[in-house]
This record gives sequence, C-alpha cells and structure tokens, in this order.
Amino acid sequence: MYDFELVKPKSVDEAVSALAAEDAQPLGGGQTLIPTMKQRLAAPAVLVSTHDIDGMKGVSTDGGVMTVGGATTHGTVAKEAASAFPGLAGLAAKIGDPAVRNRGTIGGSLANNDPAACYPAALLAAGGTVVTNAREIAADDFFEGMFTTALEEGELITVVKFNIPEKSNYQKFEQPASRFPLVGVFVAKHSDEVRVGVTGASEDGVFRWTEAEQALSSNFSAEAISGLTVSADGMIGDLHGTPDYRAHLVKVMTGRAVSAAE
Amino acid sequence: MSKISMTVNGKPASGEAEGRTLLVEFLRGELGLTGTHVGCDTSQCGACVVHVNGEAVKACTMFAGEADGAEVTTIEGMANPDGSLNAIQQAFQDHHGLQCGFCTPGMVMSAAALLKDNPKPSEAEVRDYLEGNICRCTGYHNIVKAIMAASGQDVTAIAAE
Ligand SMILES: Cc1cc2nc3c(=O)[nH]c(=O)nc-3n(C[C@H](O)[C@H](O)[C@H](O)COP(=O)(O)OP(=O)(O)OC[C@H]3O[C@@H](n4cnc5c(N)ncnc54)[C@H](O)[C@@H]3O)c2cc1C
Ligand code: FES
Ligand code: FES
Repeated sequence: MYDFELVKPKSVDEAVSALAAEDAQPLGGGQTLIPTMKQRLAAPAVLVSTHDIDGMKGVSTDGGVMTVGGATTHGTVAKEAASAFPGLAGLAAKIGDPAVRNRGTIGGSLANNDPAACYPAALLAAGGTVVTNAREIAADDFFEGMFTTALEEGELITVVKFNIPEKSNYQKFEQPASRFPLVGVFVAKHSDEVRVGVTGASEDGVFRWTEAEQALSSNFSAEAISGLTVSADGMIGDLHGTPDYRAHLVKVMTGRAVSAAE
Repeated sequence: MSKISMTVNGKPASGEAEGRTLLVEFLRGELGLTGTHVGCDTSQCGACVVHVNGEAVKACTMFAGEADGAEVTTIEGMANPDGSLNAIQQAFQDHHGLQCGFCTPGMVMSAAALLKDNPKPSEAEVRDYLEGNICRCTGYHNIVKAIMAASGQDVTAIAAE
C-alpha cells in the first residue's frame, strides 16, 4: 500500500475542506477501501475519516422517513432500525460478518456501489434521498452502473433518507466465500406502489424489476410473479453462477421476500 | 511518521505509525504483541480480531491512526489477573477447541464480543456470529462447543457430527 495522510475531522465542514486537497478521498469503515488500497487499485494522498463526525452518525425516524447518518455502521442500523424499518435492519444484520458490520458504513457502501452490495437494493426499493454536503440526490438518480454513482469527486454522503414502506423484506442468496450476495432482492410495499430492488445480478449494477413491481402492486403475493420470467441478457456470469442461474434467482428471491415481508 | 497513543489491555501504549500502518502491524511490530495473528490480510479470516472501544474489529482492516486514543484489547489482555486462562480460553482447552491454534486468538476475541452482547447464545447464534472467523483445522464443532460451555450452558448434547 502507498502511504497517505490520515485526517480525522470532527465536523462535515472540516471534512469538506480536507477533501478539497488533491487526491483526497473519504474513509468510512475502510472495509472496502483498505483492501482496495492494499491491492494498489486505489492510492489516495489524503484519507478523510468520517468516523469522528458525530453529526453523520445515528438513526432517527420522523413521519414515515428514516434518516441514517452517512457514517452509521451496519451494526448500528441492524439494532436501531429494527422496530421502525425491520426490512432495512434485517439487511444490515446480514452484511458480511460482525467485525465488518462494526466498521463498515452505509455511506461507504452506497458510494462504492459494488454490483453485489446490499444497501443499494434497499435504497432503490424504499425510495428516498441521498443527502450530501452539496445537494440532495433522489434514489432513482443515484446509481449509474457498477461502481459508479452520481457523486462528484470530494462529495460526501452526510445522510441517507428512506421512505419507510408498509411492509418490506430483503432476501440474500449468499455467496459463502465472499459473504456478499450472489443475488439479493429488496421488496418494499408502499401505500401506493410496490418497488423491487435487485443487486448482485446485473452487469449494470443494482436495478428495479419493474415487471414484478406492476404485478405486485395489484396483488402482493408470491403467486403474482409466478408467471413472469427474468431475461438472462446482461446478467453477471462468473464461476459462482451463470447468467441463467442469476436470472432464476432473481425471481426466487423476490418471491421469498414478498412472502416474508413484514 | 507520527506518534500515536492508545490504551492497550488497560495500559497506555504509544509508538510511531505511518498513515498506512495497519492496526495489526502496530500491535505486532511496534508494541510486540504478536498474539494477534494475520491469516489472510484480506478481511476474510478473522485471525486478527481485536476489540476497539469494546467492539470486535479486524485489525488488518483498520489503520493504526484510526485507533489513536482508543481502548484496545488483544488476546494478551484476556487472561485473568493472576495469569490463569479466562473462562473462554479455558473452555477452548477443555473442549479441544483448537488444533494448530492459528485462528484461536481471533476466535476467542470474537467469542468474547458475542458473549458480552448475548450471554447465553444458542448454538445457531454462535455459528452465525463466527461467520467471519475461519479455522482450517477443527471443523468448528469443538469451537462452538467451547463457546457454549464458556457461557455456562450444558454442552453434553452438542456432539461432533
Ligand atoms: C468480508 C466482507 C464481507 C462483506 N460482505 C458484504 C455484504 O454481504 N454486503 C454488502 O453490501 N457489503 C459487504 N461488504 C462490504 C462492506 O459492507 C463495506 O463496509 C462497504 O461496502 C463499504 O463501506 P465502508 O464504510 O467500509 O467504506 P470504505 O471502504 O471506507 O469506502 C468505500 C468507498 O466509499 C467512499 N466513501 C466512504 N464513506 C463515504 C461517504 N460518507 N461519502 C462519500 N463517499 C464515501 C470511499 O472513499 C471509498 O471510495 C463486505 C466486506 C467484507 C470485508
Ligand atoms: S488477517 Fe485480518 S481477517 Fe484475516
Ligand atoms: S486451529 Fe488451526 S486454524 Fe483453527
């Protein structure tokens, strides 16, 4: 790993000024970035840790919206979102393993937009907003293909807002070696629509399965999607599963999420 | 290089670290605490688990500078004050929860974190919690048994399958 300067600001303002330095980058929990730096796939000159910024931590609920600070760990979301938004808490509780959940943050996960990351599926399905130091970005406009988001260089996710669904559930078909999902599906039933976010499957990264959304909006049951098929075109194929297999899993996981939604 | 300080196993400790110095490198290289192991260096195996401010973390996936000012506990801090093995360590010995012992420091640190949150876990909860701790030798059964025993539960029914 190349050396860099570590800075630990206490406020968003201090972090934003530190991020203005050349080749500066935010450091969340480091659970993705540190392995990437070890492989020399990233070589920032300055890392700006979000860990000591109290204003970027914690979970709160107000009028059907859950607000999660960008530096909140997966472990904290698993605990603090449990009563108001069990679908999100259940997702967080299954990310990686306990030590990863004690460090990894929601902001880091969304900013990274790994094609198999869990949170992007929840944000797309719940709908909501990514709030940065500079602006608000709607969930549907945030993800731009694997490892790509609408974030500009030096832009910091300070808060993530979710519209709390009436019912929701996340089903993760785990790839046991990486502990990431091979396919993960988040189903959210809102009062006026159903939204389905799918991760792990597509070469374009997280996406909404709109056909299933329509079918489920008129009949929220696993049978409603039994007649649908998912095309294998553009699905990821690797040693863990073919595109056909992933396409099949999308439907199976969606059905399970609908049945388990609470 | 800059100087960083932390409380390690209840005692003040300080040393020099670069930005890129990992917590595990600082503990092993700078402080000489080689009980914390590096099995994979890729966040997969859990041999390097230590507690930072009471939470289990992988010391290979955290910078030493991030732990500046923190309370850190390593396997060297787990024995009883008189030097005898603590309940978890003793249970690993009694139930043959280790073979080569390479994974054991991380297993003990993860077990301690689990039992702090959940003093009487079920067998399934123990297995789930150990998801990030890999053992090449034991096949896990006796590790699970040891942790159940350390929590004061009857383990006669937990047979090696
Ligand atoms: C063994 C293992 C298993 C895992 N399993 C899963 C899994 O099942 N599901 C899953 O979703 N993830 C999984 N992960 C990834 C984990 O969730 C990471 O924590 C997460 O993807 C990145 O979050 P972080 O806080 O660690 O970010 P970092 O690694 O610190 O940063 C990642 C990227 O985000 C940027 N960044 C960080 N914070 C912000 C911010 N607030 N605003 C803007 N940019 C920011 C960084 O500059 C960097 O580019 C796993 C990781 C490991 C090591
Ligand atoms: S050495 Fe840290 S997880 Fe393997
Ligand atoms: S006892 Fe050898 S790796 Fe676990």
